[in-house]
Amino acid sequence: MQREPQTQGGVPRPTVISVRGLTKSFGDRDVLRGVDLDVHEAENVVVLGRSGSGKSVLIKIIIGLLEPDEGSVEVLGQTVRGLSQRAMDALRRQVGFSFQNSALYDSMNVSENLAFPLRMNTTGLSTHEVRDRVYDALEAVGLVSAVMQMPSELSGGQRKRIGIARTLILRPKIMLYDEPTAGLDPITSGEINDLINQVQQTYHTSSIIITHDLTCARNTADRVAMLLDGRMQRVGSFAEVFDTTDPQVKSFYDYNFTNSEPR
Amino acid sequence: MVISPGVDAFAIAVYESASFVKRFVVELFQRPIHFRELIKQCYAVGVLSLPLITLTGFVTGIVFTKQSRPSLAAFGATSWLPSLITVALLRSLAPLVTALICAGKVGSNIGAELGSMKVTEQIEAMEVSAINPFKFLVVSRTVATTLMVPALMLYCCCVGLMGSFLNVHGNEATSLASFFKTGFSTITYLDVFASVTKSFVFGFTIGIISCFKGYNASSGTQGVGRAANASVVLSMFVIFIEEMLIVQIINWLRGF
Ligand SMILES: Nc1ncnc2c1ncn2[C@@H]1O[C@H](COP(=O)(O)OP(=O)(O)O)[C@@H](O)[C@H]1O
Ligand SMILES: [Mg+2]
Repeated sequence: MQREPQTQGGVPRPTVISVRGLTKSFGDRDVLRGVDLDVHEAENVVVLGRSGSGKSVLIKIIIGLLEPDEGSVEVLGQTVRGLSQRAMDALRRQVGFSFQNSALYDSMNVSENLAFPLRMNTTGLSTHEVRDRVYDALEAVGLVSAVMQMPSELSGGQRKRIGIARTLILRPKIMLYDEPTAGLDPITSGEINDLINQVQQTYHTSSIIITHDLTCARNTADRVAMLLDGRMQRVGSFAEVFDTTDPQVKSFYDYNFTNSEPR
Repeated sequence: MVISPGVDAFAIAVYESASFVKRFVVELFQRPIHFRELIKQCYAVGVLSLPLITLTGFVTGIVFTKQSRPSLAAFGATSWLPSLITVALLRSLAPLVTALICAGKVGSNIGAELGSMKVTEQIEAMEVSAINPFKFLVVSRTVATTLMVPALMLYCCCVGLMGSFLNVHGNEATSLASFFKTGFSTITYLDVFASVTKSFVFGFTIGIISCFKGYNASSGTQGVGRAANASVVLSMFVIFIEEMLIVQIINWLRGF
């Protein structure tokens, strides 16, 4: 689904994330070997790659959770490396990060999970305002009914939604999704894909969606980038990326769509 | 520079723990102060440990009295029991018992809680929400143990004396007033001060070690178990070392 072009009336959209020549190794294992990636305003970019290819490492570097060995990352016009803690926090308030395993706070119920980042990052909000923002965010992900539940009582799909709601509550400009559909059944995956698109349209966020799920990629991507051997090998629309005879790319496609057919 | 893997790993561990303690000291005085979390942790450490401390303190008091009686009786000096017990409890037994109980109960709790928050990425989730997890989790918990262990120690001492009094009362028919009068006449302010200070140190030790182990837990479920276990073992080990050092210092102070 190619929804919108990258230009608006012939003018290229501004770039919100710009990654150049990123390398990262753990011990003697080179995970990233020179990654380049651009994300434009209000665009969904899907990064595809096998498990262990360094997708999570890439977005953790973008948000400053990990330090790169070399290369540069610019987010919303700021170079992430070397930011003071204060500037880093200011930047992180504008970037939502949805974790692979949701990372909900076990000791708090859903409402407290959502209110916590809000209370910690704003001063002078009344209890009433906090409550309203919590309900707004829950409404956005369609889970108002779960407001008093504990994370342990939620299903995988619900946890994902609450995780996304928790990031939306700070009204981010950028969303980073780490494997939003991993471990979910196809129907729930479909709902999460719709939610990702809906978030992008409602809040005009720019997103990076990390996944190895091609259905998710096809349904959410404006552009797809394929991370292979530590580099972005193919970048383009979904159709462009998979219109190739490259055996590694082909096998990725076949694995997702051929193997899942009933035999 | 690699000297040998073992020595290197030890040096790195020392460096990392030192940076952890340094970060605690720096962030202790920085805003914001998470007052609600601090109260919650004080409750978890202080109030929730009361039943266990009550039991152990009471039993320690009774048993120590029972066991000491024959030795004193041999000199016909059972009237010294209250003094002996009070000194033993305040100077040594109560601080040590309280610290060890808290290391077991609170230490494993903190180690497991922070460890599981680490491996399920909840700590990183705080970081990306522009919340300082060190300040929120580590500082509040360590301050709570540092404040609560001395309070529990004094409580343990009282309960132990009550246990001891019941035993002495049953055997020597000493009245409550005379028991405490003889008991307290033997101790000095230095004793109280020394034990409270010692307990502050023990409380800090339990908090900072457990937080360190939890905060740096390795991934996977074994990581959580290992963090909880290491919190207890290392806390107890360090508490004994500190006990030994502090006793030397106090005895040196007594010389003045
Ligand atoms: N903190 C870390 N320490 C050591 N190795 C790591 C760390 N984080 C990731 N790795 C390694 O980097 C590689 C890529 O990991 P990751 O980015 O999580 O893969 P994925 O693409 O499945 O998200 C893996 O081999 C992993 O073992
Ligand atoms: Mg991953």
